[in-house]
Amino acid sequence: MRMDKVTLRVFRGDADAGEMQDYEVPTFPGMVVLDAIHHIQQHDDTTLSCRWNCKAGKCGSCSAEINGLPRLLCKSRVRDYAGDSGTITVQPLKTFPLIKDLVTDVSWNYRMSSRIAPFTPADTAPKPFVMQQMDVDRIQEFRKCIECFLCQDVCHILRDHNRKDIFYGPRQMIKLANLDMHPYDGLNRREMVRDEAGVGACNITKCCTEVCPEHIHITDNGIIPLKERVADIYFDPVKWLVRKLMFHDETVKRPSASDFQPVTFFANGNGAFADSGAPSDSNATGTGTVGWSIPPARPLPRMEGGPPGVVKDEIEFHPQNPNIARAGTTTTADKNE
Amino acid sequence: MESYDTFEHDILVIGAGGAGLRATIAAAQAGLNVGVVCKSLLGKAHTVMAEGGVAGALGNLDKKDNWQVHFMDTMRGGSFLNFPRTAEILAKEAPERVLELEQWGAVFDRTPDGLIMQRPFGGHTYRRLNHVGDRTGLELIRTLQDKAVSVGMKCYMETTITRLLKDGDRVVGAFGYYRESGRFFLIKARAIVLATGGWGRMYSVTSNSWESTGDGAILAYDAGAELMGMEMVQFHPTGMVWPPGVRGLLVTEGVRGEGGVLRNNKGERFMFKPEYTPPSYKGRYADTEEEGTRWLTDKDNNRPPPELLSRDVVSRAIYREVEAGRGSEHGGVYLDITHRGADYIKRKLPSMWEQFHALGDVDITKEPMEVYPTIHYTMGGVKSASETCATNVPGLYAAGETAAGLHGANRLGGNALCDLLVFGKRAGEAAAEYAKSVQQGSIDESQLANEEATMLDVFENKGTENPYTLTEDLQKDMQADAMIARTAEGLTSCLQKIKVLQERAKNLHVQGTRTYNPGWHTTRDIRNMLTVSEIIVRCALERKESRGAQWRLDFPDPDPEWGKKMLIATKGANNEVDITTMQLPEMPPELAALFEAANADKK
Repeated sequence: MRMDKVTLRVFRGDADAGEMQDYEVPTFPGMVVLDAIHHIQQHDDTTLSCRWNCKAGKCGSCSAEINGLPRLLCKSRVRDYAGDSGTITVQPLKTFPLIKDLVTDVSWNYRMSSRIAPFTPADTAPKPFVMQQMDVDRIQEFRKCIECFLCQDVCHILRDHNRKDIFYGPRQMIKLANLDMHPYDGLNRREMVRDEAGVGACNITKCCTEVCPEHIHITDNGIIPLKERVADIYFDPVKWLVRKLMFHDETVKRPSASDFQPVTFFANGNGAFADSGAPSDSNATGTGTVGWSIPPARPLPRMEGGPPGVVKDEIEFHPQNPNIARAGTTTTADKNE
Repeated sequence: MESYDTFEHDILVIGAGGAGLRATIAAAQAGLNVGVVCKSLLGKAHTVMAEGGVAGALGNLDKKDNWQVHFMDTMRGGSFLNFPRTAEILAKEAPERVLELEQWGAVFDRTPDGLIMQRPFGGHTYRRLNHVGDRTGLELIRTLQDKAVSVGMKCYMETTITRLLKDGDRVVGAFGYYRESGRFFLIKARAIVLATGGWGRMYSVTSNSWESTGDGAILAYDAGAELMGMEMVQFHPTGMVWPPGVRGLLVTEGVRGEGGVLRNNKGERFMFKPEYTPPSYKGRYADTEEEGTRWLTDKDNNRPPPELLSRDVVSRAIYREVEAGRGSEHGGVYLDITHRGADYIKRKLPSMWEQFHALGDVDITKEPMEVYPTIHYTMGGVKSASETCATNVPGLYAAGETAAGLHGANRLGGNALCDLLVFGKRAGEAAAEYAKSVQQGSIDESQLANEEATMLDVFENKGTENPYTLTEDLQKDMQADAMIARTAEGLTSCLQKIKVLQERAKNLHVQGTRTYNPGWHTTRDIRNMLTVSEIIVRCALERKESRGAQWRLDFPDPDPEWGKKMLIATKGANNEVDITTMQLPEMPPELAALFEAANADKK
């Protein structure tokens, strides 16, 4: 259906108070909801707050809830959401503290991300790396993440139960899966995945996968394999017994919270908010600022056993049959060029 | 004045795109305390828009490739207005910087030998663009972001710097505001690295985000730095044309690198017309469509198709085809890659497929795209030294798109990403070196009070100008007269219009509070854009020749005299734009010898 104008019903307000306001916006071919927001900013109210950057679905800034669905404003066509009523509602992400209008404080995601030890090549890794395309296909899928945090927004653990204290959320699970499945990462991240990151909290409703604008199979390819890897180590009775007999747990120091310097984040002049997962603002001075201090990377134990670069365990990775693995990879085609 | 927060760092990096983050890593690894100002959230900078790849002569596929060829390609692409030494450093250090990313967790596409996959790109003799599908920029920024976080920094997200502060000649700090609260802050630093990117927002058809307003250039200009080559604005040949909602959105050069062909409405592959190939590229590209097609499967024995000429050349050809009435339905030309097959296209160009499918209702595996040049990159910027990225202002360094010297009159695709790696690192190291040799300077409170008054005036004055309307008017004027084809007449009229807009800018007014107020932020951005626009237009008027991105219809040929000179813009005593010329550095004999040898080889 083609219409000349639509009504945008946009949330206006801050953490204290707010309401939905209607704006009439003329349409043009190919218009996306972000265009409509820009129209309102220019013609109706220059104070309407909204994050955006690339307007091409590449940066993940303009996340919001359109007609109640978590979406990128720049990739959502007006005609797909206007319906028969010609009205589109736009609200901020619900899972994060509201700053103003469509802008929320997503800094919690950055704090959790900074707690994840960076990629650390195994001592035995060659320089430069030698990896087959089939060895990296899966982690390349995870690395498509644009950090729009729509998966975090829709995750029940974070959204409905506000348990940011027990679960890092789907975005960080994907980051951890990327690191854990990297052929040359030399750290043992399994305990961290189970404990601090809380992979067990996920109950696999796959809502995160549904909203991912990059179509990453967050649950199937990321979280479930992580759960399996953790289960394989901690809940396999044979391995449990071996570990018990070898006093294995005592030989590897498990990093504790005290290994961290406090991550400082200050909300800002509007008054600091406290979300459940955040350490206290021990360094906050007076009125506070938007600042974010990064602690040094935390120490993690090295991977045990054979040289990384080979298949780490039997749960996932590529099938051994090269004919199966090569389907859908770039290797064969590029060889001919 | 009202109270403000004060912070102190050894090094302040302004900008958290690739160059800023690479500088941060280098300075932090040198043992210094680094603060990073980030206009948006961390990891959202314009670097994510880079698609095709990062150039670096690893020679993984074409063994003949080496730094010498990369150097020559870069110089030729820039019509020899590049600083030779800068281009040499880029070509020599790019491979190392790319491999280092891999050690930090970047996962590039692989060759059959398990090495980093490389693709051909416009102006590059060999397959040289290390890439991850068509989202290389995202891979780069995420890798640098994670690395910077792990080496330690303080990141000031969603803050904007509006003024650099000086103590005598030297920069000693920066003043800005938090977007969220609208309050002000001061950061004291021994050295500052500018890595604020380019300025494409003053054109209406642009591939740039709202951030690209020239903040860094104007911060430096206001602080007394020299801006160089500002007339050189790159028009990427292939931006989306239809529908209007996506006009200007980038279509990666990777489409042509993977075999995409350009056609006019007669179905001709117009890039094969001899008049479109400039003399410096004669003999380097396929003469026939058959050879161009053979090249797809046999790169050793065939020359690449002329669709892969440098960006300035292809943009001009598209412009001419459309002007001659041979354009597509919506005023572009056709870019067709359907012959590569759906599987190949979706695998090698996934985000292009998604972009056209979701936003343009076009299935690029079945039908051609419509494309037209879009503003993409700025070769000009803050003049910076080849080795250290130092500007003429002590304590101030510039790297990445905001700096000038590397790309000359036109940038080759893939050279932006290696630029920010190579020179981001060098800027961070040089700034660290300098910072160790000096103490914190003293801050002049009156500079802060002035800036605060300027920033807050728009709330209190009696003006009526809407910042968005003013921005839109500037974009229309620049698009009309300072675009791809320029004339003295058009530029002069554009300059007059900019003067009128500058007067109107004195009456800017905004409503509301200072809490996350985009209208207010735009009032600052538009002032930067107006000044940058004036400088672009004045320099374009001054350079009376056609070379690289500068195409003057009234001076259609290159002028050998202008080929030795760059234009320098500085802020005059009465705030006017002063324009002077500067002789380009001579090419050192050992580098000149490379060209002689290559030319002899051709014969």
